[in-house]
Amino acid sequence: MAKDSDSLSKKVENFLKVFKKGEEFTQELLQENEKLRYRLAQQEEVSKSSGRGEALNEQALEERLKTLEDENKSLLDRYHQVEEENKDFANRYIEVETENNNLANLYVASYQLHSTLDFNESLKIVLEIVMNLIGAEEFSIMMLDEKTNELSIVAQEGMGQDARKSIKMGSGIIGQVAKTGDAFYRDGDPTNLKGIDYTHPLVTIPLKIKEHVIGIIVIYKLLIQKTEFSNVDYELFSMLAGHAATALFSSKLYSQSERKLTTIQSFLDLLKEK
Amino acid sequence: MPEYTFLVVEDSPTMRQLISFALKRIPGSTIVEAGDGIDALKKLSNQKFDVILTDINMPLMDGLKLVSMVRNDPTYKDIPVIVITTEGADDARERGISLGANAYVSKPIQTQDLLNTVNEIIKSKA
Repeated sequence: MAKDSDSLSKKVENFLKVFKKGEEFTQELLQENEKLRYRLAQQEEVSKSSGRGEALNEQALEERLKTLEDENKSLLDRYHQVEEENKDFANRYIEVETENNNLANLYVASYQLHSTLDFNESLKIVLEIVMNLIGAEEFSIMMLDEKTNELSIVAQEGMGQDARKSIKMGSGIIGQVAKTGDAFYRDGDPTNLKGIDYTHPLVTIPLKIKEHVIGIIVIYKLLIQKTEFSNVDYELFSMLAGHAATALFSSKLYSQSERKLTTIQSFLDLLKEK
Repeated sequence: MPEYTFLVVEDSPTMRQLISFALKRIPGSTIVEAGDGIDALKKLSNQKFDVILTDINMPLMDGLKLVSMVRNDPTYKDIPVIVITTEGADDARERGISLGANAYVSKPIQTQDLLNTVNEIIKSKA
């Protein structure tokens, strides 16, 4: 009986030991579990915060990309603007060059017109300007005789025999230009000619001193290579209207006064001799 | 800066002045004017020229005769010649070129065309 009791007590003791160990093991497991939970929570926290950072980084990059795209667009716009400005400058340069050339032509023409007081030389210079600067092939210069009220050719280039040598003031296009003092430009292509019509000129320019017409320049035909009138041609026409008129008028007056002076001088010499 | 001496042969003072005006726009240019072919030959014997620009219709000696004389003279034969004339027809151009002219400019002269032609000649000579 005592033996049984010892054996039972041993068994209980062993069971208690095993139970104790089990309890300790369970405690350890629970602690380990707690630790793992804590670490997991930590890890989750880290992972959460790192995800937020990535999102933030991505947003910043997107913003930067947008800024760069905007900058790129504005640079492209500026480039196109500068390109347009460049084109404008190039066109402006060509315009200035053309204007320079035109002014040089006008300067040379007016310089030459006023370079002499000889009537025939003045006429020759007007012919040269009309021929070489405007490009006329058939044309004439007519002066008005105030006594007869008739325009007569004083110089011409390339004109045929059937051209009228004199025209009454107010008669036809040429006479009307002399009467009104308004230039005449024939409509249409100046090269589209069906032969020369001396009653229907291409251009008729009145030579005027203020509003007083002293003569006219009549152009019937242009040189073969001259296909149209340019702006400078019209400038030359208006320059001729004034400058050629004063040049021809003053040289004519000078020639007349020279002649008179010679006559008077001859008289004086004659009187002295007597 | 390179320097160029041009001989402008033209009987019309207006045209001479106009051509000289245009040529002055080439940096380093010096312009000598002659009234006809004979005057041009005199000036050619006095100094060296880089380019001759000559009119065709002139008194005493015309431009075509001048071109022919320049091309047949060993001293001047290499000087480029530009012929300037009122005639725009092909035969006048061909006459000038066949005699040895390097280029041809028609009247009424467009300054820019003249300068382009002269600049091309200068470039090809350099």
